[in-house]
Amino acid sequence: MSPVIPLLILLIPLGMFLLLGLLGHKMSHRMAGVLGTAGMGVTAVLAYITAFTYFFSGNPDFVDADTHVRLQALIFNHDWLAFTEKLVIRLGFLLDPISALLLVVITTISFMVHLYSNGYMRDHHGVWETGFQRFYAFLSLFSFSMLGLVVATNIFQMYIFWELVGASSYLLIGFYYTKPSAVSASKKAFIVTRFADLGFLIGILVLSFYTGTFNFTDLTSTEVAAGVYQINEGTAEGIKNIFATSAAPVFMGGSVLTWALVLIFMGGMGKSAMMPLHIWLPDAMEGPTPVSALIHAATMVVAGVYLVARLFPLYLMETVALDIIVVVGALTAFYAAMVACTQIDIKRVLAFSTISQIAFMMVSLGVARPEFHHGLGYMAGMFHLFTHAMFKALLFLCAGALIHAIGSNDYTAMHGLRKHMPITHITFLIGCLAIAGIIPFAGFFSKDEILTATMGHSIFWYIWMSAVAGLTAFYMFRLYYLIFWWKEHKVPEGHHAPHDQPWTMTLPLVILAVVSCLAGFVPMGNLVTWNGHEMFENVNFFTNLAALDWSVAGISLAVAIAAIVLATVMYKKENPLPAKFKNALPALWDWCHHRFYWDELYQFITHKIIFGCISKPIAWFDRQIVDGTMNGLAAVTNKLSWAIRGFQSGRIQMYVWWYLIGVVVLAAVTMICVL
Amino acid sequence: MDITILFYLIPSLFMFCCGLYGFITRRNMIAILISLELMLNAVDINFTVFNRFLFPGQLEGMFFSLFAIGLAAAETALAIAIIINVFRVSENIDVADVTKMKN
Amino acid sequence: MLFSNILIYFVVIPLLMLGGFALCRGIKGVRAVAIIGSTALLALSAWVLADYIMLRQAGNTEEMLFTGSWTWFAPLNIHLAVGVDGVSIAMLILSSIIVFAGSFASWKIDNARHFFMWLLLLSTGVFGFFISVDLFTMFMFYEVALIPMYLLIGQWGTGRKEYSAMKLTLMLMGGSAFLMLSLIGIYYQAGLNSWNIIEIANHAHIDKGWQYFLFPMCFVGFGVLGAMFPFHTWSPDGHACAPTAVSMLHAGVLMKLGGYGCFRVAMYLMPEAANDLAWIFLILTGISVVYGAFSACVQTDLKYINAYSSVSHCGMVLFAILMINTTALTGAIMQMLSHGLMTALFFALIGMIYGRTHTRDIRLMGGLMKIMPFLGVGYVIAGMASLGLPGLSGFVAEMTIFVGSFEHADMFHRVFTIVACCSIVITAVYILRVVGKLLFGPVQDEHHLSLTDATWWERLSVVTLIVCVAGIGCFPEFFEWLIRFTFNPEIFHAIGM
Repeated sequence: MSPVIPLLILLIPLGMFLLLGLLGHKMSHRMAGVLGTAGMGVTAVLAYITAFTYFFSGNPDFVDADTHVRLQALIFNHDWLAFTEKLVIRLGFLLDPISALLLVVITTISFMVHLYSNGYMRDHHGVWETGFQRFYAFLSLFSFSMLGLVVATNIFQMYIFWELVGASSYLLIGFYYTKPSAVSASKKAFIVTRFADLGFLIGILVLSFYTGTFNFTDLTSTEVAAGVYQINEGTAEGIKNIFATSAAPVFMGGSVLTWALVLIFMGGMGKSAMMPLHIWLPDAMEGPTPVSALIHAATMVVAGVYLVARLFPLYLMETVALDIIVVVGALTAFYAAMVACTQIDIKRVLAFSTISQIAFMMVSLGVARPEFHHGLGYMAGMFHLFTHAMFKALLFLCAGALIHAIGSNDYTAMHGLRKHMPITHITFLIGCLAIAGIIPFAGFFSKDEILTATMGHSIFWYIWMSAVAGLTAFYMFRLYYLIFWWKEHKVPEGHHAPHDQPWTMTLPLVILAVVSCLAGFVPMGNLVTWNGHEMFENVNFFTNLAALDWSVAGISLAVAIAAIVLATVMYKKENPLPAKFKNALPALWDWCHHRFYWDELYQFITHKIIFGCISKPIAWFDRQIVDGTMNGLAAVTNKLSWAIRGFQSGRIQMYVWWYLIGVVVLAAVTMICVL
Repeated sequence: MDITILFYLIPSLFMFCCGLYGFITRRNMIAILISLELMLNAVDINFTVFNRFLFPGQLEGMFFSLFAIGLAAAETALAIAIIINVFRVSENIDVADVTKMKN
Repeated sequence: MLFSNILIYFVVIPLLMLGGFALCRGIKGVRAVAIIGSTALLALSAWVLADYIMLRQAGNTEEMLFTGSWTWFAPLNIHLAVGVDGVSIAMLILSSIIVFAGSFASWKIDNARHFFMWLLLLSTGVFGFFISVDLFTMFMFYEVALIPMYLLIGQWGTGRKEYSAMKLTLMLMGGSAFLMLSLIGIYYQAGLNSWNIIEIANHAHIDKGWQYFLFPMCFVGFGVLGAMFPFHTWSPDGHACAPTAVSMLHAGVLMKLGGYGCFRVAMYLMPEAANDLAWIFLILTGISVVYGAFSACVQTDLKYINAYSSVSHCGMVLFAILMINTTALTGAIMQMLSHGLMTALFFALIGMIYGRTHTRDIRLMGGLMKIMPFLGVGYVIAGMASLGLPGLSGFVAEMTIFVGSFEHADMFHRVFTIVACCSIVITAVYILRVVGKLLFGPVQDEHHLSLTDATWWERLSVVTLIVCVAGIGCFPEFFEWLIRFTFNPEIFHAIGM
């Protein structure tokens, strides 16, 4: 494949960032919006072409003609920085099933968000937000960074773009920079993910030190033709052997490879908001809602999942690391689902829902084993990543439409909007059905695969995750009813009734709703598997349904429907049931509502311990002890000088005295010596 | 009784000690100057006496003391001039009080 | 011939500029001389760079290029010996960029003529230091660079300027006392009757016992200027009180003299002691890195924050030098380059903000992004460079250092490397804290609303530095090559790597 199109996929957003960033303030708002959207549209088309070529062209670079194994193709790989002869950071473009999938996801959502923001970033009178051009510049920067991340050919390229998405996320969360809450949210997001990145960095250092390479292809694949690689367990095993035979195979009870992989996963935990590094994501909702849809629901937050998927053959070598991923993911999923049940701010509910769903993907990767259905969990995780991106972006964009119409984030200000905003209502409902896992919406298929994979691994986690799936259905429909039903919306006098938004905002909703209905039928098992082997024979778009394992699907469907019924009973009409529940378990409700006091814990650690017990004492030590020593030295010298200066009194008579004494002493000494 | 060298040296030592004592203890600049003269004269006496007793027939010591007398006169003139000027400025010729040029 | 050597002009141009300032009357003339001179220096360093690369490409493997040597004190064999390798060229480029940007940043300084005269004397010392390969001449230029600092801070500074100027000068002079001792020690112990670094490195062997004695003195002597813990306390006060251009030049270039000296003299001439005693200084510099970063977290004065940040970043330079391997050394030099540009940018911006708000206390400022967007954006970029965002210079340098440091497989080096890595998080904390308080949020003081954004000369100064920072960050391979090629075993004989 010629490198032109892949190169353009990266360069168009970058160019747009530079153009809008440097010259944006000289353009009209409309011009900037149109330029940004058009740029992203072109990028999306190019990404579709690339992905389509990869999956369906049958090009021998992409799929082995005999075995139908999907291969990894290095489209281009340019040296950027050589640390040593072997450790070279390259900037390149690696096309393989997951990067092709992610290219589609990112450009689609990004294009939708670009389009949507044309409507969202202006008020009801059509006045543009200040910094509109800047907003588009940052969106382009983010898209560039995210695309660069997924096509990374080596772990350091990933780290570079990993940092860049973090920075663009920082800039976009803090877009309303005059608002203190937005500023502190952006700061929190950056610092928490930075902390996680420290783990990532150390993991990279450890891994690259022993293996002598950054390249993914050297870590997990073997070269089958020039620039074409095939995932190979043997390579990963070779890496494991390198560690096993190195000077320090064991460190504090774990093998060094496990440590490296766990540290790398720590980076993923930060970006993907896994407990206990999840605290930044709910606060990140301070950013404009399209940003939340793009970055904090669909793309950046799944980077952690992508990272684990990228190094999956290595993780397979150290199942301890995978077990850790399962535990972290399962706990996070449950925790976030619990919290989501009690939040008032609709974006917060969606944020916790995102955390919970990403945790689903993590669990799915963690339970994936080649022995069970050829690594079904891996495919399921990627599938869920894909469907979740679509319906969660849809839900966020719906939330944006609601917030734009109502001017508040709380459902208490909404209630009963179904008649006023029909398009938003229908699309939101589709999103809820998709995430709840109702057949035939997208979430059903992917979640079903995840649960199947989990069951194959451990029955305990299967029950656990099914319960979380039930909770998911419950809180989403709680939210749905509280926004669109509960009680009729009263329009205050002199105000217009809330209404659906302009086409720039509704069109993306409709498109994403359609995608959410259909995405489940994509035969992902044939497209994305951990080693490129096709998972099922002769499966196509429509036979997906027939291939289902109904023993699992039936149960999860039943759980979801039960949860939806419960939500309907509790929240469809105004009634005292929710309050009763709340009063029956006040402590639980309180803990959930306050997100189990994680933020307070972090507040305590950062302010009281790090600032109060480390930084302040160090600063004090510096001023008082270190500087004090230097000043003390100066003071002693000064004192000494003054003391000596006393001899230089200028009084001639004193001098004579001293002289006389000197003479007498000398004379005495001489006498003693002579005698 | 022979007049030995000690007959000269002891008064000269006495004179020198008087001068020294005066130099150290006096506060009045004129008094200090006079004490200084005493010491100088004691030294002059020693010069001549040593010349006379140890190296008779040579005149270096004599000349030296003449030279010292001349120098002492010049020095006294200079000192007096300074003292008068100090007096004009501070109405006082106490050494302890003349601190204007310090610091 | 003296003047046929291109490197001499690095000293001649500043001296000519000094003469020019002495002759000119009025601010316009001073500015003209400053701009012409600093542009000439910039052009000269670019010329030397191009020439150097051409020579290297042509296969020249001399350790130093453009060498020349002229006796100026025969009884002690003191020469004016010059020569450059990739490392010194990187430093020369850095210095000329900062002198250029600094000239524009001090466009409106009081008593400009005298200010620029002292500033250029300082630059003479700096350039002379980087081109010298004669220990004594090097030391002389080092002193020439230090003394004007006292006057510049004492006269044009702000706040407790006399105290700071005195403290800075005394501490650095204390350092140079150690330095002088060790240099004389090296001269006599090498026994070649030569002060020439290349000759000593290649032909002499200093007795190991003497190395143990001389190396710490030399490293501490230069380390004081490199702000090594616990000899760093001149830096916060000095920077805080210095005028803008002096802060820029000081943090940007002068602190690099320390790192460069540690590398060029201490490590280069006494490799055995360096190998054996590195651990002591690794502990100290490792502490510097984290300690500076933590201290910066709670400061409220913009310049103090940056000064502590410099302690942390310069600590990283010395830390990497002590790792004694090609990658880490390359990283160290990159970090010098990167930190020089970045911190000069910081100090330029702080000076410009201070010139408007008349305060540097971040508690009294806020929301400046809305009032002065250009300076605000510049500050954010500087901050991002400082916390190591890819695409800006800090990332490249720090990553090279970390990868290089990680090449040592023993527990001691590992632990300190990880400790140094932790600084990337702490740096993020203090940078974002400042950016959040200073630039974002609501406007704190309504008087600030009437302030204006940057003028053209300020923009020029800031843009120059940003372009350099981003240039290194986006295209690091060129600079890394320039430096790494110097450590090529065919060229680089010392240190025993």
